[in-house]
Amino acid sequence: MSVIKMSGIVTRFGDRTIHDGVSLHIEPNEIYGILGGSGSGKSVLMKEMIMLLEPNSGEIVVLDQSLRGISFAQAQALRQQWGVLFQFGALFSSMTIAENIEVQLKEHSDISKEMRARLVQSKIAMVGLEPFVGSLYPSELSGGMIKRAALARALSMEPKLLFLDEPTSGLDPVGARNFDKLIVELRDLLDITVVMITHDLDSIFSIVDRMAILANKKVVAEGSLRNVLQSQHPFVEEFFKNDYTKQKYLDKLDLKEVAGV
Amino acid sequence: MNSQYLQYRIHSKSNECIDVSSSGAWTLDNLRKIENALRAVPHVKKIIWDLSGVDDFDSAGVLLFIKYLEQFETDGAVEVIGYTEAQKDMYQLLNNSENRVLTSQRDNNFLQKIGKNTIDIYADIKEFATFIGHLFVAIANLIIRPKNMRFKEITYHAYESGFSALLIVGLTAFLVGMVIAYQGAVQLAKFGADIFIVDTVAISVVRELGPMITAIVIAGRSGSAYTAEIGAMKITEEISAMRTMGFDPYYFLVIPRLFALMITLPLLVFFADIFGILGGMFAAKMQLGLSVTQFVDRLYEVLDVKHYILGMIKAPVFAFVIATIGCYRGFKVSNNTESIGLHTTASVVNSIFVVIALDALFSVIYTGFGV
Ligand SMILES: Nc1ncnc2c1ncn2[C@@H]1O[C@H](COP(=O)(O)OP(=O)(O)O)[C@@H](O)[C@H]1O
Ligand SMILES: [Mg+2]
Repeated sequence: MSVIKMSGIVTRFGDRTIHDGVSLHIEPNEIYGILGGSGSGKSVLMKEMIMLLEPNSGEIVVLDQSLRGISFAQAQALRQQWGVLFQFGALFSSMTIAENIEVQLKEHSDISKEMRARLVQSKIAMVGLEPFVGSLYPSELSGGMIKRAALARALSMEPKLLFLDEPTSGLDPVGARNFDKLIVELRDLLDITVVMITHDLDSIFSIVDRMAILANKKVVAEGSLRNVLQSQHPFVEEFFKNDYTKQKYLDKLDLKEVAGV
Repeated sequence: MNSQYLQYRIHSKSNECIDVSSSGAWTLDNLRKIENALRAVPHVKKIIWDLSGVDDFDSAGVLLFIKYLEQFETDGAVEVIGYTEAQKDMYQLLNNSENRVLTSQRDNNFLQKIGKNTIDIYADIKEFATFIGHLFVAIANLIIRPKNMRFKEITYHAYESGFSALLIVGLTAFLVGMVIAYQGAVQLAKFGADIFIVDTVAISVVRELGPMITAIVIAGRSGSAYTAEIGAMKITEEISAMRTMGFDPYYFLVIPRLFALMITLPLLVFFADIFGILGGMFAAKMQLGLSVTQFVDRLYEVLDVKHYILGMIKAPVFAFVIATIGCYRGFKVSNNTESIGLHTTASVVNSIFVVIALDALFSVIYTGFGV
């Protein structure tokens, strides 16, 4: 059973069509990448999955729950089963990191104060931050630390599903690789499904299991790296089969034949 | 006709064809001179335009070329020769972007502007009505389940918008009371009706000026703060983050600010009433030599509690207007910093206008009831 299934999604802003019949499905326990050029509607698609936006038409099923006509109580229940990492963290600026991680536990669960503090500390450790970071405010952190802190917050309700919007953008190469490693570790450790928007070739070639390529308002290729590389679509050609990727990835990973270059 | 950048020659046999040859540096610095030369080219059926003499060009030069090429083409055929690959690439790039600009550019004549603004205002009012509708649903839910009330936030905002505003509200009211008394004193002294200064000051301050001055100060102080705070949260996606965590922004952001203001604004109005009257008392003493005892005695006689109540009724209404407009404008902020400024301004202007309009409405209603 798919974790997320989207079919025939149409999205318009005014008279501009962003998606025109987008369909994809995401399976349990995979790291699923959403790729596409800037402005191709990746973030909008993710916002539709997490109920921040509603498509003009089409069907979305998340964790066996259809989002169309969902009741308020069902929506609240669903929201607690996923965590979201926004592109720029979106940590609450008026709260410390520890408070940011704690706030959902405080509102949506009845565990004791002491337990909460322990959970917060464990999340901080889990994402590889020093314990003292908990007492800092978001404005006092570096870009990489903000992403980690936001990831800790996204994990606070022990979600089964994690959404990441460009998790490695704005990080230095070493930080980005470490973040990739962290995502894989967490996926294996916590048995979660990860949906991530990314442009990062390193992430795509190393940690993404399956992916969808958005171009021309549609999904032009979906599947594992091998499947996607077989596509002849101009975007795929340009993105995956240029000289740089040929040298850096396709050679090393023995994918040249698959890609037909 | 010859210039450093452009030479043209009319074919001797007929007047229907000319050779134009461009030369020199077609760059931004020379653009004006080149354009002057281009304007002088006569309009004929056929032009052969030779670019081989151009030894330097930038995008401004190519854009100028595109402009005149289009113009010449409306009159007849143009043949362009002697261009380089680099010029052609630049031409293609710019020609595409040129078309894009043209298609997205909308003609805005006066009528269209009025029409567009009317539609925008209508959409804005509709959206505001939706916002108020949501807000009432949230309040109704809160009444059923009062444990969702965010008392900590309410007290925080009550302190920020209420207690911290005491000084400025008191001072403003004091000055306005003084001004009223000075103005009134001059007129009343002519009739020897000095003592009526107390009536003028007390009733106008308590019924009208106290609530209005307070509302205007608070609209400028807290209404704008609400918009900026919520707008900044919108830009950093904190509001989206709240939603995904199942935190309804109405409970967490709007209602605490609304309730805080509805509690504190009446208290501030009470404070403003006192200082307004004190200001009047001070001016009466200075200008007319009316003693404090005389003033207070007269105050007891003329200032019915009725006036106080009529003034005070307005306070929570004004508070509602300021808080809802302030929050609504905050949610309207889009993803750029400029929009925070625009919406903060709009928030203050809208709420002051609505406060004054409602004040006028209250006057009409009070008169209708004969109070
Ligand atoms: N709330 C909105 N209102 C109008 N247009 C929007 C809105 N959100 C996104 N868009 C437009 O939708 C398109 C896709 O945006 P987005 O999904 O953010 O792109 P990306 O793939 O780079 O993440 C863009 O052209 C953007 O301008
Ligand atoms: Mg995006």
